[in-house]
Amino acid sequence: MAHGPATLADGWGKYLSRWLFTTNHKDIGTLYLWFSFAMFIMGGAFAMVIRAELFQPGMQLIKPEFFNQMTTMHGLVMVFGAIMPAFVGLANWMIPMMIGAPDMALPRMNNLSFWILPFAFAILTSTLFMEGGGPNFGWTFYAPLSTTYAPDTVNYFIFGVHIMGASSIMGSINIIATVMNMRAPGMTYMKMPMFVWTWVITAFLLVAVMPVLAGAVTMMLMDINFGTSFFDAAGGGDPVLFQHIFWFFGHPEVYIIILPAFGVVSHIIPTFSRKPLFGYSSMVYATAAIAFLSFVVWAHHMFTVGMPIAGELYFMYATMLIAVPTGVKVFNWITTMYRGSLTFETPMLFSIAFVILFTFGGFTGMMLSIAAADMQYHDTYFVVAHFHYVMVAGAVFSGTAAVYYWLPKWCGKMYNETMGKVQFWIAFIGFNITFMPQHFLGLAGMPRRYADYGLQFADWNMVSSIGAFMYGGAQILFLFNVVRTIGWGEPTKDPKVWEGAEGLEWTLPTPAPYHTFAKPPKIK
Amino acid sequence: MLKRAQALFLRLLSPAIALAMAGGVSAESTTRQLNMPQGVTEVSQAAYDIHMIMMWICTVIGVAVFGFMFYVMYAHRKSRGAVAANFHENHVVELIWTIVPALILIVMAIPATTALLKVYDTENADIDIKVTGYQWKWQYEYIGEGVKFMSELRTSQDEIYGRAPKGEHYLREVTQPLVIPTGKKVRFLITGNDVIHSWWVPDFGVKRDAVPGLFTAAWAKTDVPGIYVGECTELCGIGHAFMPVVVEVKPEAEYNEWLAGKKEEAALYASTIGKEWTFDELMVRGEEVYERSCAGCHQSDGKGIAGVFPALKDSPIALGAKEGHIAVLIDGVAGTSMQSFADQLSEVDIAAVVHYERNAWGNDVGDVTQPLDVLNYKKNQ
Repeated sequence: MAHGPATLADGWGKYLSRWLFTTNHKDIGTLYLWFSFAMFIMGGAFAMVIRAELFQPGMQLIKPEFFNQMTTMHGLVMVFGAIMPAFVGLANWMIPMMIGAPDMALPRMNNLSFWILPFAFAILTSTLFMEGGGPNFGWTFYAPLSTTYAPDTVNYFIFGVHIMGASSIMGSINIIATVMNMRAPGMTYMKMPMFVWTWVITAFLLVAVMPVLAGAVTMMLMDINFGTSFFDAAGGGDPVLFQHIFWFFGHPEVYIIILPAFGVVSHIIPTFSRKPLFGYSSMVYATAAIAFLSFVVWAHHMFTVGMPIAGELYFMYATMLIAVPTGVKVFNWITTMYRGSLTFETPMLFSIAFVILFTFGGFTGMMLSIAAADMQYHDTYFVVAHFHYVMVAGAVFSGTAAVYYWLPKWCGKMYNETMGKVQFWIAFIGFNITFMPQHFLGLAGMPRRYADYGLQFADWNMVSSIGAFMYGGAQILFLFNVVRTIGWGEPTKDPKVWEGAEGLEWTLPTPAPYHTFAKPPKIK
Repeated sequence: MLKRAQALFLRLLSPAIALAMAGGVSAESTTRQLNMPQGVTEVSQAAYDIHMIMMWICTVIGVAVFGFMFYVMYAHRKSRGAVAANFHENHVVELIWTIVPALILIVMAIPATTALLKVYDTENADIDIKVTGYQWKWQYEYIGEGVKFMSELRTSQDEIYGRAPKGEHYLREVTQPLVIPTGKKVRFLITGNDVIHSWWVPDFGVKRDAVPGLFTAAWAKTDVPGIYVGECTELCGIGHAFMPVVVEVKPEAEYNEWLAGKKEEAALYASTIGKEWTFDELMVRGEEVYERSCAGCHQSDGKGIAGVFPALKDSPIALGAKEGHIAVLIDGVAGTSMQSFADQLSEVDIAAVVHYERNAWGNDVGDVTQPLDVLNYKKNQ
């Protein structure tokens, strides 16, 4: 057996260089997870600033200029800093253990793809302290607001996005290479765990669309600094072109965020139902179908830009189709629970909440796909509510579930179940108090990204802010519970941890040793 | 304590109660509204109808799916002695729940298509109005009538920053609303001047992005006079929340009277442009214009925002030659968010605001800028 990792007992120098130079998939997974949690707290703090300002009508705490920076940074940090790296972290930890591989296929690139991320976000966040302030044009950074009319710091933003993109592409190539080449003998594609399947498909999406994003920001860079007019109408360019390019990236991007979450839930629900996943093969096909559809529906984000009616109709029909494979997944999860033997530990609670709230977000998604009604919903708080139901209750809830589910395997200690459940209920209730009223606000006419609003929206905004503080508080409890588990949790040596757990990762000792599957396991 | 909790609870519920009691929807009763407005045009009604159809379909599916889920969570829990079955496939069931939703979608596509066709039916309009989005105001031009004006937020900075109590129409009031007649099909041709804005009137079911270099069309026809308030719905910079849309629908006779008045006003203005203004008159008018059109960026105290919007207090342009100062307003500054105000402000307003900027906040140039100076600059271009 190879030597173990350096610990603090070996001195700070060795300990630091362990993390800096590590090529171990578990170490890198840990780095990704902690980094994403740090970003989650930062993005959450931005959200708290937003909700505090919106607590009452009028400008009380900040100016509109800073408000716009907060909404932009909140979106960018949560999407690119918190959710995506969290699932890359889970992939690093779990994929080799799930397919019986000793490590990722490209360990040095793995190290690089993580360690450029902190620089990307340092560059992005530093703009907040510069003259002119941070990006203030929304996370969708529509030109020309993000080009001709942007502060000079937009160049840092562009550089940051390039680095994040490079990191994502490297991470994806690594996952694809690992899954294609390093499966244990006998593990055919249709025997792969769902989390691995969803991640392979996600990785292909990432490799396909991150270069498109890089193209978009490069065109912005040219428009700003080198006199081109890709997006400048005065020079013969077209601002709508930007939106087409952005959403050709942006729509697959939202599935990049949600597909691994589907994977996580497809593990947790069978475990706590003590029953195999229902409809495994239809789950795989549904995931692939969703991924394919994600490439052909992008302009449903642009129903109000004045597309020809043929375009509107096509994008409306295509978008409605997404409901079919997504419905299949939801039905499969529920049927997995049917006639199971259910228990409700924290990971299961978060997963059930995921199914309910994600489906709710799916319903509003269907409503949004109807172009004629979208003329009223578009760019209002109805949309904000919709995507927080699918992003927060989707990605963040399932990420939280994943951490509680696999944490005992990672560190050999049990988390505090009561604290986990308390966190769940605060998060669940807080989340709904925050985002349910936003549906009403949007329908009643409150546009998104508003620093201030008319008096008729005052009540629900106050309710929403109270919910947001509650939801924010639940995350502090989460951090506390995780740190407490790692430091002082109840030790456990049970390889299965959960009674109903199935899969290769649960055949390994608990806690998982630094190096696993040096010899490939046999798959029947 | 209990009483206070009860009061808070009631307060939280009050929007629902208000909705239950309100019944009908009128333009000004949008307070505490929960659902999409039905509005006053065919298009808004179509959007509302399809919205309600979708909502009910989703509700029925939701109740069925979640109902089953909650039943499972109750009946098949380990603590009640449930023993897990071991099935993991059933092709028939899987096929059914793929095909049935697909069929529901096909059925829903029919009203969705009809509604959209209605939205796009912009042909044969009686009146054409060009709507242009500016940072952060709207310009309305009655095509072929020679009437054109700016519509800006009327709510004061003091109300926004809590230095004065907020009025009843906080952020829902403008200097001049768009006026249209009842019973006529009005087509809006929407475009943007600087960044992308979006022109939304919920009660008309009209929302179109105002994209620079592109015209988009929408239409409205209503028989219900009233005042309808909308918003800008595309992030357009710091004034995004501060450029409401207000449309006043008048009976046709009143509309014609209004339009005639507008034309007269334009003629009258042209004849008085040569008037000599006094120092103090210009200061008063200049401050008004400044607060409305300039303070959003350059701030009420003229100090701007470092790195984004330059200060005007002690600035070389404000303290330099008058012509240079006028030039900045007429031509804008290329490559920055300082746009040309030549089409947005009248000569009188430009003269007044230049005068104000040169003589406010300790900028004691002491000269007087007349509308004629502005006119001469424009002529010499």
